[in-house]
Amino acid sequence: MFIVATIAILITMAMALARALLGPSVFDRILATNSFGTLTMLLISVYGFLSGRPEFLDIALLYTLINFIGIIAVTKFVNFGNASHSVREDEQGDI
Amino acid sequence: MELVTDILSWGLLLGGSGFLLTGGIGLLRLPDLFSRMHGSGIIDTLGAVMILTGLMVQEGFSLISVKLALMVLFLMFTSPTTTHALARSALNEGLLPKIFNKRQGKKSSKT
Amino acid sequence: MLHALSLGGALYALWLLLSGYLETWLLVLGLSSVALTIVIANRMDVIDHEGHPIHLSWRAALFWPWLGWEIAKANIDVARVILSPSMPIDPQVLKIKGSQKTELGHVIYANSITLTPGTVTIALESGHMEVHALTTQAANDLLSGEMDRRVDTLEKNSDGTVEGVK
Repeated sequence: MFIVATIAILITMAMALARALLGPSVFDRILATNSFGTLTMLLISVYGFLSGRPEFLDIALLYTLINFIGIIAVTKFVNFGNASHSVREDEQGDI
Repeated sequence: MELVTDILSWGLLLGGSGFLLTGGIGLLRLPDLFSRMHGSGIIDTLGAVMILTGLMVQEGFSLISVKLALMVLFLMFTSPTTTHALARSALNEGLLPKIFNKRQGKKSSKT
Repeated sequence: MLHALSLGGALYALWLLLSGYLETWLLVLGLSSVALTIVIANRMDVIDHEGHPIHLSWRAALFWPWLGWEIAKANIDVARVILSPSMPIDPQVLKIKGSQKTELGHVIYANSITLTPGTVTIALESGHMEVHALTTQAANDLLSGEMDRRVDTLEKNSDGTVEGVK
Protein backbone atom coordinates (compact mmCIF):
# COMPACT_ATOMS: atom_id res chain seq x y z
CA MET A 1 0.00 0.00 0.00
CA PHE A 2 2.94 2.33 0.64
CA ILE A 3 3.93 1.88 -2.99
CA VAL A 4 0.59 3.39 -4.11
CA ALA A 5 1.12 6.42 -1.90
CA THR A 6 4.70 6.75 -3.16
CA ILE A 7 3.55 6.70 -6.79
CA ALA A 8 0.81 9.24 -6.07
CA ILE A 9 3.34 11.53 -4.39
CA LEU A 10 5.73 11.19 -7.34
CA ILE A 11 2.99 12.02 -9.86
CA THR A 12 1.96 15.06 -7.83
CA MET A 13 5.61 16.12 -7.66
CA ALA A 14 5.75 15.95 -11.45
CA MET A 15 2.65 18.19 -11.61
CA ALA A 16 4.18 20.71 -9.20
CA LEU A 17 7.38 20.66 -11.25
CA ALA A 18 5.36 21.29 -14.43
CA ARG A 19 3.72 24.30 -12.77
CA ALA A 20 7.15 25.55 -11.66
CA LEU A 21 8.38 25.30 -15.25
CA LEU A 22 5.24 26.81 -16.80
CA GLY A 23 5.19 29.83 -14.50
CA PRO A 24 4.06 32.34 -15.69
CA SER A 25 4.96 34.64 -12.79
CA VAL A 26 7.79 34.09 -10.33
CA PHE A 27 5.20 33.64 -7.56
CA ASP A 28 3.65 30.66 -9.34
CA ARG A 29 7.09 29.11 -9.33
CA ILE A 30 7.53 29.83 -5.61
CA LEU A 31 4.10 28.34 -4.87
CA ALA A 32 4.98 25.20 -6.84
CA THR A 33 8.30 24.97 -5.00
CA ASN A 34 6.46 25.20 -1.68
CA SER A 35 4.17 22.32 -2.64
CA PHE A 36 7.19 20.41 -3.92
CA GLY A 37 8.84 20.82 -0.51
CA THR A 38 5.77 19.46 1.29
CA LEU A 39 5.67 16.54 -1.14
CA THR A 40 9.35 15.82 -0.60
CA MET A 41 8.70 15.68 3.12
CA LEU A 42 5.86 13.21 2.54
CA LEU A 43 7.98 11.16 0.13
CA ILE A 44 10.81 10.85 2.66
CA SER A 45 8.41 9.64 5.38
CA VAL A 46 6.52 7.19 3.15
CA TYR A 47 9.75 5.87 1.63
CA GLY A 48 11.08 5.26 5.13
CA PHE A 49 8.08 3.00 5.80
CA LEU A 50 8.33 1.41 2.35
CA SER A 51 11.92 0.35 2.92
CA GLY A 52 11.16 -0.67 6.51
CA ARG A 53 13.56 1.85 8.04
CA PRO A 54 11.55 4.79 9.42
CA GLU A 55 14.70 6.53 10.70
CA PHE A 56 14.45 9.05 7.87
CA LEU A 57 11.70 10.87 9.75
CA ASP A 58 14.13 13.28 11.41
CA ILE A 59 15.20 14.44 7.96
CA ALA A 60 11.56 14.89 6.93
CA LEU A 61 10.88 16.92 10.10
CA LEU A 62 13.83 19.19 9.35
CA TYR A 63 12.73 19.48 5.74
CA THR A 64 9.36 20.89 6.84
CA LEU A 65 11.01 23.63 8.86
CA ILE A 66 13.71 24.49 6.33
CA ASN A 67 11.10 24.62 3.55
CA PHE A 68 9.16 27.20 5.59
CA ILE A 69 12.20 29.41 6.23
CA GLY A 70 13.33 29.05 2.62
CA ILE A 71 10.00 30.20 1.17
CA ILE A 72 9.82 33.19 3.54
CA ALA A 73 13.38 34.16 2.56
CA VAL A 74 12.66 33.82 -1.16
CA THR A 75 9.46 35.91 -1.01
CA LYS A 76 11.33 38.65 0.85
CA PHE A 77 14.16 38.44 -1.63
CA VAL A 78 11.77 38.82 -4.57
CA ASN A 79 10.09 41.80 -2.91
CA PHE A 80 13.04 43.77 -1.64
CA GLY A 81 16.09 42.41 -3.42
CA ASN A 82 17.63 41.20 -0.18
CA ALA A 83 16.47 38.86 2.55
CA SER A 84 17.11 41.03 5.62
CA HIS A 85 14.95 44.03 4.73
CA SER A 86 12.34 44.89 7.37
CA VAL A 87 8.88 45.88 6.19
CA ARG A 88 8.57 48.87 8.51
CA GLU A 89 11.54 51.09 8.99
CA ASP A 90 11.23 51.22 12.79
CA GLU A 91 11.48 47.46 13.19
CA GLN A 92 14.57 45.38 12.72
CA GLY A 93 14.71 42.02 11.04
CA ASP A 94 11.14 41.03 11.79
CA ILE A 95 9.34 38.58 9.53
CA MET B 1 -7.17 -6.05 15.48
CA GLU B 2 -4.32 -5.95 12.99
CA LEU B 3 -6.85 -6.10 10.19
CA VAL B 4 -8.72 -3.08 11.53
CA THR B 5 -5.59 -0.88 11.76
CA ASP B 6 -4.46 -2.07 8.33
CA ILE B 7 -7.78 -1.19 6.71
CA LEU B 8 -7.85 2.16 8.51
CA SER B 9 -4.32 3.11 7.53
CA TRP B 10 -4.76 1.93 3.95
CA GLY B 11 -7.94 3.98 3.67
CA LEU B 12 -6.14 7.03 5.00
CA LEU B 13 -3.15 6.52 2.69
CA LEU B 14 -5.38 6.03 -0.35
CA GLY B 15 -7.55 9.03 0.52
CA GLY B 16 -4.47 11.15 1.11
CA SER B 17 -3.01 10.08 -2.24
CA GLY B 18 -6.28 11.05 -3.90
CA PHE B 19 -6.24 14.49 -2.30
CA LEU B 20 -2.58 14.98 -3.27
CA LEU B 21 -3.37 14.19 -6.89
CA THR B 22 -6.40 16.51 -6.77
CA GLY B 23 -4.22 19.30 -5.40
CA GLY B 24 -1.67 18.68 -8.15
CA ILE B 25 -4.37 18.80 -10.81
CA GLY B 26 -5.66 22.02 -9.25
CA LEU B 27 -2.14 23.45 -9.34
CA LEU B 28 -2.07 22.80 -13.08
CA ARG B 29 -5.67 23.56 -14.00
CA LEU B 30 -6.67 26.66 -12.04
CA PRO B 31 -6.37 29.92 -13.94
CA ASP B 32 -4.35 32.34 -11.82
CA LEU B 33 -1.91 32.50 -8.91
CA PHE B 34 -4.46 33.20 -6.20
CA SER B 35 -6.70 30.33 -7.31
CA ARG B 36 -3.71 28.01 -7.46
CA MET B 37 -3.08 28.72 -3.81
CA HIS B 38 -6.26 26.76 -3.04
CA GLY B 39 -4.85 23.77 -4.91
CA SER B 40 -1.62 24.01 -2.96
CA GLY B 41 -3.76 24.33 0.19
CA ILE B 42 -5.30 20.92 -0.48
CA ILE B 43 -1.83 19.36 -0.72
CA ASP B 44 -0.69 21.09 2.47
CA THR B 45 -3.73 20.32 4.62
CA LEU B 46 -5.79 17.21 4.04
CA GLY B 47 -3.44 15.42 1.62
CA ALA B 48 -0.40 15.61 3.87
CA VAL B 49 -2.35 15.11 7.10
CA MET B 50 -4.15 12.00 5.82
CA ILE B 51 -0.91 10.40 4.60
CA LEU B 52 0.91 11.17 7.86
CA THR B 53 -2.04 9.93 9.93
CA GLY B 54 -2.13 6.76 7.87
CA LEU B 55 1.55 6.16 8.66
CA MET B 56 0.83 6.91 12.34
CA VAL B 57 -1.95 4.31 12.45
CA GLN B 58 0.36 1.79 10.76
CA GLU B 59 3.15 2.45 13.25
CA GLY B 60 1.08 2.35 16.46
CA PHE B 61 2.12 4.25 19.55
CA SER B 62 5.86 4.91 19.51
CA LEU B 63 8.48 7.62 19.20
CA ILE B 64 8.09 7.45 15.42
CA SER B 65 4.39 8.29 15.47
CA VAL B 66 5.16 11.17 17.85
CA LYS B 67 7.56 12.52 15.21
CA LEU B 68 4.85 12.15 12.56
CA ALA B 69 2.43 14.06 14.81
CA LEU B 70 5.04 16.80 15.21
CA MET B 71 5.31 17.02 11.44
CA VAL B 72 1.54 17.52 11.22
CA LEU B 73 1.74 20.22 13.90
CA PHE B 74 4.58 22.11 12.20
CA LEU B 75 2.86 21.84 8.83
CA MET B 76 -0.37 23.28 10.26
CA PHE B 77 1.53 26.28 11.63
CA THR B 78 3.87 26.95 8.71
CA SER B 79 1.62 26.37 5.68
CA PRO B 80 -0.83 29.29 6.21
CA THR B 81 2.09 31.56 7.03
CA THR B 82 3.92 30.77 3.80
CA THR B 83 0.72 31.11 1.78
CA HIS B 84 0.02 34.49 3.34
CA ALA B 85 3.61 35.68 2.84
CA LEU B 86 3.45 34.64 -0.80
CA ALA B 87 0.06 36.33 -1.39
CA ARG B 88 1.25 39.50 0.26
CA SER B 89 4.46 39.69 -1.68
CA ALA B 90 2.56 39.02 -4.91
CA LEU B 91 0.21 41.91 -4.05
CA ASN B 92 3.22 44.10 -3.27
CA GLU B 93 4.58 43.38 -6.72
CA GLY B 94 1.27 44.45 -8.25
CA LEU B 95 -0.13 41.04 -9.14
CA LEU B 96 -3.92 41.22 -8.78
CA PRO B 97 -6.41 38.35 -8.45
CA LYS B 98 -8.45 37.66 -11.57
CA ILE B 99 -12.14 38.29 -10.94
CA PHE B 100 -14.47 36.69 -13.48
CA ASN B 101 -17.82 37.58 -12.00
CA LYS B 102 -18.53 41.29 -12.43
CA ARG B 103 -21.22 41.34 -9.75
CA GLN B 104 -18.82 40.11 -7.09
CA GLY B 105 -16.01 42.17 -8.55
CA LYS B 106 -17.34 45.30 -6.88
CA LYS B 107 -16.19 43.99 -3.53
CA SER B 108 -12.55 44.12 -4.61
CA SER B 109 -12.42 47.75 -5.62
CA LYS B 110 -9.13 48.52 -3.83
CA THR B 111 -7.17 45.46 -4.84
CA MET C 1 8.77 34.31 33.75
CA LEU C 2 5.88 31.87 33.49
CA HIS C 3 6.08 32.04 29.71
CA ALA C 4 9.85 31.42 29.76
CA LEU C 5 9.38 28.39 32.04
CA SER C 6 6.63 26.86 29.93
CA LEU C 7 8.59 27.52 26.72
CA GLY C 8 11.62 25.82 28.31
CA GLY C 9 9.48 22.85 29.34
CA ALA C 10 8.02 22.51 25.86
CA LEU C 11 11.45 22.76 24.21
CA TYR C 12 12.95 20.18 26.56
CA ALA C 13 10.07 17.79 25.93
CA LEU C 14 10.68 18.30 22.18
CA TRP C 15 14.39 17.54 22.67
CA LEU C 16 13.60 14.32 24.57
CA LEU C 17 11.06 13.19 21.96
CA LEU C 18 13.41 13.84 19.07
CA SER C 19 16.51 12.26 20.60
CA GLY C 20 14.98 9.32 22.49
CA TYR C 21 18.20 8.77 24.50
CA LEU C 22 18.23 9.01 28.29
CA GLU C 23 21.96 9.21 29.05
CA THR C 24 23.09 11.80 31.58
CA TRP C 25 25.54 13.55 29.27
CA LEU C 26 22.97 13.95 26.49
CA LEU C 27 20.33 15.18 28.95
CA VAL C 28 22.77 17.83 30.19
CA LEU C 29 23.55 18.86 26.61
CA GLY C 30 19.82 19.20 25.94
CA LEU C 31 19.33 21.28 29.05
CA SER C 32 22.14 23.65 28.08
CA SER C 33 20.86 24.13 24.53
CA VAL C 34 17.34 24.82 25.85
CA ALA C 35 18.83 27.39 28.27
CA LEU C 36 20.74 29.02 25.40
CA THR C 37 17.56 29.15 23.31
CA ILE C 38 15.63 30.78 26.16
CA VAL C 39 18.37 33.40 26.63
CA ILE C 40 18.40 34.24 22.91
CA ALA C 41 14.58 34.34 22.73
CA ASN C 42 14.56 36.62 25.76
CA ARG C 43 17.05 38.95 24.06
CA MET C 44 14.82 38.97 20.98
CA ASP C 45 11.90 39.88 23.27
CA VAL C 46 9.58 37.26 21.82
CA ILE C 47 8.65 35.50 25.07
CA ASP C 48 5.27 37.00 25.92
CA HIS C 49 1.58 36.17 25.66
CA GLU C 50 1.83 36.52 21.85
CA GLY C 51 4.92 34.46 21.16
CA HIS C 52 3.89 31.72 23.54
CA PRO C 53 0.14 31.92 24.22
CA ILE C 54 -0.30 29.52 27.14
CA HIS C 55 -3.49 31.29 28.25
CA LEU C 56 -5.22 29.79 25.19
CA SER C 57 -4.25 26.15 25.82
CA TRP C 58 -7.54 24.82 27.16
CA ARG C 59 -9.80 26.54 24.71
CA ALA C 60 -7.45 25.75 21.80
CA ALA C 61 -7.96 22.06 22.59
CA LEU C 62 -11.66 22.61 21.89
CA PHE C 63 -11.06 24.85 18.85
CA TRP C 64 -8.71 22.59 16.91
CA PRO C 65 -11.04 19.60 16.42
CA TRP C 66 -13.74 21.93 15.10
CA LEU C 67 -11.21 23.58 12.77
CA GLY C 68 -10.03 20.15 11.58
CA TRP C 69 -13.59 19.18 10.70
CA GLU C 70 -14.11 22.46 8.82
CA ILE C 71 -10.85 21.89 6.91
CA ALA C 72 -11.95 18.39 5.93
CA LYS C 73 -15.34 19.61 4.67
CA ALA C 74 -13.80 22.52 2.74
CA ASN C 75 -11.20 20.18 1.21
CA ILE C 76 -13.91 17.92 -0.18
CA ASP C 77 -15.79 20.92 -1.61
CA VAL C 78 -12.70 22.34 -3.33
CA ALA C 79 -11.63 18.90 -4.57
CA ARG C 80 -15.05 18.44 -6.16
CA VAL C 81 -14.80 21.83 -7.87
CA ILE C 82 -11.30 21.12 -9.20
CA LEU C 83 -12.14 17.65 -10.48
CA SER C 84 -15.42 18.50 -12.19
CA PRO C 85 -14.83 18.90 -15.95
CA SER C 86 -16.45 22.33 -16.25
CA MET C 87 -14.60 23.64 -13.15
CA PRO C 88 -17.32 25.98 -11.78
CA ILE C 89 -15.04 28.43 -9.98
CA ASP C 90 -16.01 31.99 -9.16
CA PRO C 91 -12.94 33.75 -7.72
CA GLN C 92 -13.76 36.80 -5.66
CA VAL C 93 -12.16 39.03 -3.07
CA LEU C 94 -14.07 39.72 0.13
CA LYS C 95 -13.35 42.40 2.68
CA ILE C 96 -14.16 41.29 6.19
CA LYS C 97 -13.48 42.56 9.68
CA GLY C 98 -12.43 40.24 12.49
CA SER C 99 -14.22 41.02 15.75
CA GLN C 100 -11.27 39.89 17.89
CA LYS C 101 -9.68 42.31 20.34
CA THR C 102 -5.99 41.50 20.01
CA GLU C 103 -3.52 41.08 17.17
CA LEU C 104 -3.04 37.48 18.27
CA GLY C 105 -6.76 36.86 17.76
CA HIS C 106 -6.66 38.44 14.31
CA VAL C 107 -3.68 36.29 13.33
CA ILE C 108 -5.40 33.11 14.56
CA TYR C 109 -8.50 34.05 12.58
CA ALA C 110 -6.53 34.85 9.41
CA ASN C 111 -4.51 31.65 9.66
CA SER C 112 -7.67 29.58 10.21
CA ILE C 113 -9.17 31.15 7.09
CA THR C 114 -6.05 30.32 5.08
CA LEU C 115 -5.90 26.76 6.43
CA THR C 116 -9.42 26.17 5.14
CA PRO C 117 -9.03 25.49 1.40
CA GLY C 118 -11.24 27.68 -0.75
CA THR C 119 -10.39 30.82 1.19
CA VAL C 120 -6.98 32.53 1.48
CA THR C 121 -6.22 35.68 3.46
CA ILE C 122 -4.17 37.87 1.15
CA ALA C 123 -3.99 41.04 3.26
CA LEU C 124 -4.35 41.74 6.98
CA GLU C 125 -4.13 45.19 8.48
CA SER C 126 -5.34 45.81 12.08
CA GLY C 127 -8.27 43.41 11.85
CA HIS C 128 -9.38 44.29 8.32
CA MET C 129 -8.78 41.35 6.04
CA GLU C 130 -8.99 40.77 2.33
CA VAL C 131 -9.90 37.19 1.58
CA HIS C 132 -9.64 35.50 -1.79
CA ALA C 133 -12.42 32.92 -2.12
CA LEU C 134 -12.45 30.31 -4.87
CA THR C 135 -16.19 29.66 -4.97
CA THR C 136 -19.34 31.46 -3.92
CA GLN C 137 -20.07 28.67 -1.46
CA ALA C 138 -16.71 29.11 0.27
CA ALA C 139 -17.34 32.85 0.44
CA ASN C 140 -20.81 32.33 1.93
CA ASP C 141 -19.43 29.90 4.52
CA LEU C 142 -16.95 32.55 5.60
CA LEU C 143 -19.52 35.36 5.61
CA SER C 144 -21.79 33.34 7.91
CA GLY C 145 -19.35 34.36 10.66
CA GLU C 146 -19.19 31.01 12.43
CA MET C 147 -15.38 30.93 12.43
CA ASP C 148 -15.16 34.55 13.59
CA ARG C 149 -17.37 33.69 16.56
CA ARG C 150 -15.34 30.59 17.42
CA VAL C 151 -12.03 32.47 17.38
CA ASP C 152 -13.68 35.16 19.50
CA THR C 153 -14.63 32.56 22.13
CA LEU C 154 -11.13 31.11 21.89
CA GLU C 155 -9.66 34.48 22.75
CA LYS C 156 -11.96 35.40 25.65
CA ASN C 157 -11.38 34.28 29.24
CA SER C 158 -14.30 32.72 31.07
CA ASP C 159 -15.12 36.08 32.70
CA GLY C 160 -15.24 37.81 29.31
CA THR C 161 -11.92 39.66 29.60
CA VAL C 162 -9.24 39.33 26.93
CA GLU C 163 -5.58 38.96 27.82
CA GLY C 164 -3.18 41.45 26.24
CA VAL C 165 -5.66 44.22 25.32
CA LYS C 166 -3.86 47.57 25.22
